[in-house]
Amino acid sequence: MSNAIDQYLDLYHDHREAIDAHSAGALNAMRVLAADALEHAWRLPEHGEEGYEKTSLNDMFAPDFGVNINRVNMPVDVGASFRCGVPNLSTLLAVVVNDRFVPTSTLLKNLPAGLTVCSLADAAREMPSLVEKYYGKAADMSDASVALNTMLVQDGVFIHVARGTRLEKTVQIVDIFHSATPLLAPRRVLVVAEEDSHISILKCDHTQGEDATCLSSEVVEIFAARGARVEWYDIEESNASTSRRGQLFARQDEGSELHIFGATLTNGTTRNDFHIDVTGENASTRLSAMAIGSDRQHIDNSSVIRHAADRGRSNQLLKYVLDDNATGAFEGSIEVCHGSRFVEAYQSNRNILASPGARMHTKPQLLIYNDDVKCSHGATTGQLDNNALFYMRTRGIPEEEARRMLMQAFMVDVIDTISMEPLRDRLRHMVDRRFSGGKAGCAECGSACSD
Amino acid sequence: MNDILLKVTDLHAKVEEKEILRGVNLEIRPGEVHAIMGPNGSGKSTLSSVLAGNPAFTVTGGSATFHGLDLLSLSPEDRSHEGLFLSFQYPVEIPGVSMVNFMRAAVNAKRKYFNEEPLSAGDFLKLMRQKRAIVELDNKLASRSVNEGFSGGEKKRNEIFQMAVLEPRLSILDETDSGLDIDALRIVAGGVNQLKTSQNATIVITHYQRLLDYIKPDFVHVLYKGRIVRTGGPELALELEEKGYDWIKEENR
Repeated sequence: MSNAIDQYLDLYHDHREAIDAHSAGALNAMRVLAADALEHAWRLPEHGEEGYEKTSLNDMFAPDFGVNINRVNMPVDVGASFRCGVPNLSTLLAVVVNDRFVPTSTLLKNLPAGLTVCSLADAAREMPSLVEKYYGKAADMSDASVALNTMLVQDGVFIHVARGTRLEKTVQIVDIFHSATPLLAPRRVLVVAEEDSHISILKCDHTQGEDATCLSSEVVEIFAARGARVEWYDIEESNASTSRRGQLFARQDEGSELHIFGATLTNGTTRNDFHIDVTGENASTRLSAMAIGSDRQHIDNSSVIRHAADRGRSNQLLKYVLDDNATGAFEGSIEVCHGSRFVEAYQSNRNILASPGARMHTKPQLLIYNDDVKCSHGATTGQLDNNALFYMRTRGIPEEEARRMLMQAFMVDVIDTISMEPLRDRLRHMVDRRFSGGKAGCAECGSACSD
Repeated sequence: MNDILLKVTDLHAKVEEKEILRGVNLEIRPGEVHAIMGPNGSGKSTLSSVLAGNPAFTVTGGSATFHGLDLLSLSPEDRSHEGLFLSFQYPVEIPGVSMVNFMRAAVNAKRKYFNEEPLSAGDFLKLMRQKRAIVELDNKLASRSVNEGFSGGEKKRNEIFQMAVLEPRLSILDETDSGLDIDALRIVAGGVNQLKTSQNATIVITHYQRLLDYIKPDFVHVLYKGRIVRTGGPELALELEEKGYDWIKEENR
């Protein structure tokens, strides 16, 4: 098997000046380190390697993808396709077309005091010291896919909430793939929540059209300062020809609260990593994720919550429903470092295989280097409850509908971890529609990513 | 009325290679109440499961005709639409599915089967309210998941409530008295009696005579080793109460 990294290194060396010219400051500085790391990285992990038992990143990056080096503008009618219907949820909307940040007029007009939402490249130009302080500081550059992203990324989204600012409105990032040719989009989000600030961010991924194969390489870094509260909701509704390599790195200071929510509703091949570093005392962390797979969808989530301070509380709940020939994988770990006392950390992974062809691979892990902790983990993989199914059918509910209701019911507790009520209702509806076989996707959802 | 609502002829059924029903014959007319009694393991619950269409059981012989339809060829949901109702001995808990959504799905599936429009929200709530009253079912249970966290009595009342909503032509009450205290038993039996008309019929499956004090049967059948071995009037239940099942077992060695 050829090394998928090579083509991107060649691309970088051939177009280095153009890439630098379209980007700025910290992004370019970090790019040099990334390229160097990548020269020395042997290759991307493949199928069967530890941590990547079911997903080959080398295969994912191997196709001959183009990268929009010269910032050719892809016209996308955002207003027409993406009127988001999250009722009663008025958001501050930013759009990313492939890897290009597109602010909306209402975002620019309505930014509340204390909030910055802008292009990451612009931020690196205009607020260099702020961006330098955080950019690339949580993401692990020794990871080949982080290095690859960092080497190629030209822009991204920068979100900053000033100290004490408590936002009521949700910031929404709509990622849209739109390309006539196979495309790799290096995407990047940097979220900095200063002390005692509150912010919720909803990100959703879409692919327009069915033609080209797309690969999203995204790295999200979140910094929650002392007492900050950050909610991050990430919903993927792409298509069978879209792959996603998503990595989220978060760092939590004392007393901060972080809720990471991930939902994969439709996709091709997805591998998401969640790395959460709890570095301050008394912080709480919730990671909830749901995956719905049918046809040949592949969904792989991996999590590491590392407790490096006292009295941390973390809770992980990940659920999968896999139908047809869909495959799922989960590897998750809780790590309690030396000297981190009174940590309470839980992890639960529950899965339903709704057809004989569906497959699930799960590997929950605990690494505990300290006494005085409360930790547990558990994983179950089973089928729909036949007794419940029969009971419903005797009441006249047709088998297909009964199955759908049971699958939907299985996801209720994950959905209920969402604290924003309109989003919770909306996601319930989206999940219901997804199980009904209705084509997911913003256009159909009539979803007002309300602007 | 002399029409036959359910005619079961020489019904054989097995579960996991074990033959449980070995030639059941039964005829039920509208307006009748039939009690089926018998010792543990005689096939009572299997008979109700097979009639309701539980896929865990395999019919190996015989037939069942339900108001002219070949019952055994229908899916469980179509049996329900055609008017068969099974009240479960152990009602199933379905976490995450609310009672309201469950009942709405059931009611509208039946309406769809008969080419009727779904019930409006207002009419649906009115129907629920009206039917809940029959078994004094608390409104707060409506927002809860189906049977989850319900007491034994609430689960059985919930079964009769569903029966009231679906208005079946034939109801099979499988051990509806098990796990009920005397007050709950009175409420449940009262509900069943209220729903009784000259057009519908009931099969009461029970171990004990106790329930039959409240729901008066016209016929009592004794099921033993997968066959109905004796049929009589209400007095047969009293005789069984007094003498136990040993004499039946003796007779059918």
